[in-house]
Amino acid sequence: MDFVDYYSTLGIKKTSTTDEIKKAYRKLARKHHPDVNPNDKESNKKFQQINEANEVLSDPDKRKKYDQYGKDWKHADQFANSGQAGRSAGGRGFGGQDFGGYTYASGEDSGFSDFFESLFGGARRSRQQAAYRGQDYNAELHLTLSDVYTTKKQTLTINGKNVRITIPAGVENGQVIKLKNYGSPGANGGPNGDLFITFMIKNDTSFRRDGNDLYKDEELDLYTAVLGGDKTIETLNGKIKLKVNAETQNGHKVRLKGKGFPVYKQEGVFGDLYVTWNIKLPINLTNKQKELFTELSKL
Amino acid sequence: MATKDLIPAKDFCYHHNIEYSFISSLQSSGLIKVTSIKRSVYIPLEEMHKLEKFVRLHYELDINIEGIETIHHLLNKIDDMQKELLALRNRIH
Repeated sequence: MDFVDYYSTLGIKKTSTTDEIKKAYRKLARKHHPDVNPNDKESNKKFQQINEANEVLSDPDKRKKYDQYGKDWKHADQFANSGQAGRSAGGRGFGGQDFGGYTYASGEDSGFSDFFESLFGGARRSRQQAAYRGQDYNAELHLTLSDVYTTKKQTLTINGKNVRITIPAGVENGQVIKLKNYGSPGANGGPNGDLFITFMIKNDTSFRRDGNDLYKDEELDLYTAVLGGDKTIETLNGKIKLKVNAETQNGHKVRLKGKGFPVYKQEGVFGDLYVTWNIKLPINLTNKQKELFTELSKL
Repeated sequence: MATKDLIPAKDFCYHHNIEYSFISSLQSSGLIKVTSIKRSVYIPLEEMHKLEKFVRLHYELDINIEGIETIHHLLNKIDDMQKELLALRNRIH
């Protein structure tokens, strides 16, 4: 744990007056306040540092203690032995602890640095601080179109916590869902932020999706197109046999009601599937075929 | 709108220790919407998050109504641009 220079955090001199401290704090707070820097971790961290500096320097008692012992926190036990070190009431006291690295808490506790905790103990804030709602998190979930054809459950690991979510069938690419309170923890008793999950859906099928409707081009041989017949085609839930009318034209579109994509959060409701016939002309004709086509052309 | 989705403005002011005139100024500037029922002013629940943010900006950072209006406008603009950015990224991939 390193010494934290609260004066440099606020960009002021050691001789600064209370008014100058207040002015410097306000100026920096306006710049780094979480409300004006949503989802900006760096600003949030900086704001905590500014808050901590202000907490100490704006309180005459804390400032005095900081000025007196701050830089010498490592020798706190010596102060204690010589009877010079005071312990804050109810706090962890000042020194004699095995300090780890200097860190700022993420919000579940005080949001103050280890240095602050060691110097001022658990007494922390002398005046009421505003509660801040935690930051919102944004995440992307990559799925395929086949994945979202049916409702499924998936377990996500978010900041070390396993969250089981239901992904309703029919979710759209780019659609965002909100998981309330799964964001960053709030500060000073404020509510947690929310988690926003954006679904990124890759099309792994031969269908084109437009909302709840699906589109597909199907090849049809000339003879079936002219004479009519049956054609088996693939849908997202299996094969179906389609009746092809005689004299079907190239580019003709057939609507298969209810064979499209599931409608989001409407169980059992589906869009339509549109099949466009792409008639393939025969190639590499045999002599016999050529003769018959010639005959046909003369009729 | 169901009354359970409305917070009495006087309760909000009492809880946050603020003057009603602040809410009135925000409403006049079009920053929040309030509802009046039988001479009492209520704040719709969906406005609460925004209103609490404005309270913090004003009372903690000393930002006046004009400043709040500017910040609100710029934050909305950033939000719109971030959404547009996402949509464009989707189109590329």
